[in-house]
Amino acid sequence: MAGQSLQDTIRVDTARNLYKVARRNFVAQEILEAERERIFDRCWLYLGHASEIPQPGDFLTRVVAGRPIVFSRDKDGALHALLNTCPHRGAQVVRERQGNAKSFQCFYHGWTFAQDGKLRGQPGKESYDADFNRDGDADMLPVPRFEIYRDFAFVSFDRGASSLPEYLAGAAEYLDILADQSEVGMVIVGGTQEYAIRANWKLLTENSIDGYHAATTHATYLDYLKGAAGNLAKVPFSGVGRDLGNGHAVVEYRAPWGRPVAQWIPLWGEDGKREIEGIHARLCERFGKERGDRIALNSRNLLIFPNLIINDVMAVTVRTFYPSAPDMMQVSAWAIAPSEESDWARKYRLFSFLEFLGPGGFATPDDVEALEQCQRGFQNLREAPWNDISKGMGREQPSFDDEIQMRAFWSSWHARINTPADTSGEG
Amino acid sequence: MATPADITRIEVEDFLFLEAEMLDEWRLKEWLALFTLDASYYVPATDLTPEASPATSLFYIADDRSRLESRVERLLKRTAHSEYPRSKTRHLVTNVRIRERGADSIFVSAAFAVYRTKDAVTDLYVGSNRYRMVFEDGALKIREKRCILDLDGLKPQGRISILL
Repeated sequence: MAGQSLQDTIRVDTARNLYKVARRNFVAQEILEAERERIFDRCWLYLGHASEIPQPGDFLTRVVAGRPIVFSRDKDGALHALLNTCPHRGAQVVRERQGNAKSFQCFYHGWTFAQDGKLRGQPGKESYDADFNRDGDADMLPVPRFEIYRDFAFVSFDRGASSLPEYLAGAAEYLDILADQSEVGMVIVGGTQEYAIRANWKLLTENSIDGYHAATTHATYLDYLKGAAGNLAKVPFSGVGRDLGNGHAVVEYRAPWGRPVAQWIPLWGEDGKREIEGIHARLCERFGKERGDRIALNSRNLLIFPNLIINDVMAVTVRTFYPSAPDMMQVSAWAIAPSEESDWARKYRLFSFLEFLGPGGFATPDDVEALEQCQRGFQNLREAPWNDISKGMGREQPSFDDEIQMRAFWSSWHARINTPADTSGEG
Repeated sequence: MATPADITRIEVEDFLFLEAEMLDEWRLKEWLALFTLDASYYVPATDLTPEASPATSLFYIADDRSRLESRVERLLKRTAHSEYPRSKTRHLVTNVRIRERGADSIFVSAAFAVYRTKDAVTDLYVGSNRYRMVFEDGALKIREKRCILDLDGLKPQGRISILL
């Protein structure tokens, strides 16, 4: 690894309030390799939500940082994250996207495993020693680290990683704010939006927490909101950007769109008003007026470093993405909602989601276009090598449309990318 | 004048070929006029069943008539960045079948392959369109168009910024 190439990746001039990011970071293969080793193999990464596998025996398969994983719930209700590879000869054991099973059987030679990965049996057992699986090395392997925070399940491939709550730092509070929107549990709504973008993954990290681009990139979406009668509350955009530590960041702000939890817009009618006001009032009852108002009325775009986005806006999306090449990423996105919300609220939530979010919405396709245009523009990097994310750097409290969120991400990215594996204290 | 009982597959094909031509020539307002005033246009996520409901599951697109009009309006603006400059598209329609004939409507399925080319990149969208069609003043109209993608997500298409 060329150490030199990892050092001049950002340039920070605090005297002049300038923050520059090398465009090479979005293009170079050796940067991607360093990210795999020093970020994706070490950080806590989102696996899934407990609501996706509610019943004993439920399972789903998912790729996390290039590894095929089985996320399962055993007969006693405990959750597991297993490496989806047969301990015998390597085949992926579980090939369905999701389902419910009493056990998993590898079809290659017929080894069978419980939902927690323990070997149940194999054909021709008499040909093995009696204590064949004495050390458990014929069980499906669990991921090295697996922890759950408020139903959000994370994995880490670094045995020496700090605990999940410690890693989450200031971002944990924002998961609380989301989880507290339900009294019985948030639930991932069926249907996954999966798509690829021909751009570097970090462009989507930046874009997902960028309060600055809406006026121009999303002009047609804002036209749409203004055009449809009753689509807007009388609330101007205003708010703040925050560095939450460990590379996590958030923009928290008021916005004029309707929020199913809980900001009413005239389009939702008088019945809708009663329901939304009821949800708001209940939050104030549970958490006091200040926090209740904050949960109900503020929008939040949250980044959990390096690649989990939870945007609690006109609906709530959970989105994660991985690089498959420096100029290609694979995105998965879900909708999450309070499990107890009414059919009416769920329907409007999903329609509001689709108006803005996702590859068929009125806004996300233009983000995809912007990211791909950046990637194309970076072909000029030899002559034009730097991005600028200085906006609001001199301010004590940066605004929601400043760029402190990107600086929080990049400063942590820079520190991690320059920490070689052998100094991480991993056992 | 055709009715649900006697309309032929060839007449339905002519209608679908005209729809494809309008889309490929960006005659989007004319295309919109092929739909009833209570029409829906759906593209479910690729991990859902074809019959899934947009009221309970996350789709890529779930437009009622009003959102469909907004979608067309948007696509005709220079600020619809994903489609400005406009992409080139070619909608291929085949395997057309009249699956059901009701009292006032027919249910039609047709395989599609839609090519989209922009900035020297060509993407393919492939799947089955399912139409609920009705007769209004003797003319065939679309009440529901549901595009079932035979894909695992939009990889690498990345978006459905055109009309399928």
